[in-house]
Amino acid sequence: MKSYNPFVELYKARIREFYRQPSRLFWVYGFPLLLAVILGLAFRGGGERPMLLDLVQTSSESKVASVIKSQPKKFKIKQSDQATALARLKAGKTPLVVVAGASQSDIDYHFDPTRPEAIATRSSLDDTLQRAFGRKDVLSAHDQPVTEPGSRYIDFLIPGLLGMNAMGGGLWGVGFFLVNCRIGKLLKRFKATPMPRISFLGAILASRLTYLIPDIIVLMSLGIFAFGMPMRGNWLTLLIVEVIGASAFAGLGLLVASRARTTEAVSGLMNLIMFPMWLFGGIFFSPDVYPDAIQPFIQILPLTQLLNALRAVILEGAGLAAIMTPIGVLVAWAVITFTLALKIFRWD
Amino acid sequence: MSSPTPAILVQDLRKTYPGREGPVQAVRGLSLEVFPGECFGLLGPNGAGKTTTVEILEGLNQPTSGRVEVLGMTWEKDEDALRQRIGVTLQETRLPDHATVLEMARLFRSFYPSGPDPMEALTRVALESKAGSIVETLSGGQQRRLAVALALVGEPDLLFFDEPTTGLDPQSRRQLWDVIRELQGQGRTTVLTTHYMDEAERLCDRVAIVDYGQVIAMGSPRELILKLGGEHIVEFAVVGTAPPAENFSGLASVQTARTEADGYALTVSEAHKTIPDLLAKLGTEGLELARLTTRQASLEDVFVSLTGRHLRDNEEPTATPPKRGRRGRQRSA
Repeated sequence: MKSYNPFVELYKARIREFYRQPSRLFWVYGFPLLLAVILGLAFRGGGERPMLLDLVQTSSESKVASVIKSQPKKFKIKQSDQATALARLKAGKTPLVVVAGASQSDIDYHFDPTRPEAIATRSSLDDTLQRAFGRKDVLSAHDQPVTEPGSRYIDFLIPGLLGMNAMGGGLWGVGFFLVNCRIGKLLKRFKATPMPRISFLGAILASRLTYLIPDIIVLMSLGIFAFGMPMRGNWLTLLIVEVIGASAFAGLGLLVASRARTTEAVSGLMNLIMFPMWLFGGIFFSPDVYPDAIQPFIQILPLTQLLNALRAVILEGAGLAAIMTPIGVLVAWAVITFTLALKIFRWD
Repeated sequence: MSSPTPAILVQDLRKTYPGREGPVQAVRGLSLEVFPGECFGLLGPNGAGKTTTVEILEGLNQPTSGRVEVLGMTWEKDEDALRQRIGVTLQETRLPDHATVLEMARLFRSFYPSGPDPMEALTRVALESKAGSIVETLSGGQQRRLAVALALVGEPDLLFFDEPTTGLDPQSRRQLWDVIRELQGQGRTTVLTTHYMDEAERLCDRVAIVDYGQVIAMGSPRELILKLGGEHIVEFAVVGTAPPAENFSGLASVQTARTEADGYALTVSEAHKTIPDLLAKLGTEGLELARLTTRQASLEDVFVSLTGRHLRDNEEPTATPPKRGRRGRQRSA
């Protein structure tokens, strides 16, 4: 009599369910790929782009105006009357409104000082004008623009998307699957068999980790081959970090799904958990922009630590020893969520 | 009838669910015994507590109080051993849409240390030709038969069917009945719940009629029908105003008389004596006969005589699955 292993059969069932649904392949692999391409192109380095500003000219012979207009590569100007320009500023359509007064030396800058772009435009324009009117710089400063791979936005983004996929896959992949099984009474049916619980959970985790492999291949190839992203660390280290990170998120998925009886309930819970990570985790920008007061909270989030570790390995070539803190936090998340979920898990 | 170890022993079983409008007593002091090798049916209307009872027997639900022994063991002490020896089909299980029939059979087979080959289990439910089909594409009847196959892969000593044919078309029902009957007679004990009296009559050696969480009658279908005092039912209707049913209780060979829908139903032992008497009585009272039929008494008549209600009074007209006991019971109007 042939014997079958419950872990192997459950694992195969999970994998089949995935590849027999092509629409899932798009959301898991296609969507992040598309996002990376679009954002990669939008934030591609290479050449300075002109700064946008609105110019209000009160006199036709303003020297200020002609200086600005003489630098079309640096400044992209929209000329209008003061009321229109200020309305555009209010609506956020322009970062800076320059009013060249009747007298030669009179300029008004209107801008919102909380917009970094506005401050940059204002100071760049002011420097240009001051120099044109005869200011001598006392320091000889030389700009060294960075175009080196590893420090561009795309290099920051690819590890971010890897982490985002690990999070989404763990929470949606595990959480939704379990709640659907509960709704369809499949969990109850499983409970009525001598199925070893550990095989069931093991198969869910193992299938989760299997999906990581195409994930890593797709995003890393895109980064490396299309955008010239460096891979400074060890591939094995990267895999270890991803496995631990994905386990933490699978644990979270298991926990949110451990009692929920409707897809609405589990979606709500998952959004509640993912929202702070989307916001603070650092997929698209560094969480350093947030105030110090909430940094401890941000640093405890599994996504933050997974991204810290991924970026350290990929961009800085960190070894395992250098990323012990993020790994420790992720392991703690995985252990705590799995333990708790097993305690409160409901089969019906 | 006595047996050394009953396959199932239930004594004073009670289950109370916390409900929104106060606690709901789904099972209230239910007792029964199932003998090894027999097919035992729990027959009762929707919401009678059948599913709750069966789920407690299957170890999927905990009783509030009472004694439950399955195959001489208890769920508290012997859960692991019991799980290997029972096979379960739930009222409804949604299997993964994208798996094939054989893949599902193999998956469930992997949970048991021994049992038939997955393909062999499919053959037993006449589903071998569908082995490679995706579960989603199966008809309702085929999906139920697959559920039966999944209950068989561990070669269980005790099989449970909860409402096996609810919602199926007549042909699929008969096919499933054949499958279930086929599975009996190998020393295997079967427990099924149903609210179809014809299903219970066809499949069960003994039935317990369950109403409001209690057993109100127990025995073989034949015994229960015989207890009515008559094996035949004479149904008739008259034109115009109808006199009360007691009018006809004194006719020859009549055991009981009751009004029924637009007419009357008489439980009789010898219909050939009752009918001439009935016709004579109608003639003397000047009542015109609108319809007259006779048939064999059924478990339905047993239920009506015990409760005054029909088994299927509260059944929805469409083939929707019955309401679960825990959702709150619906009493018939």
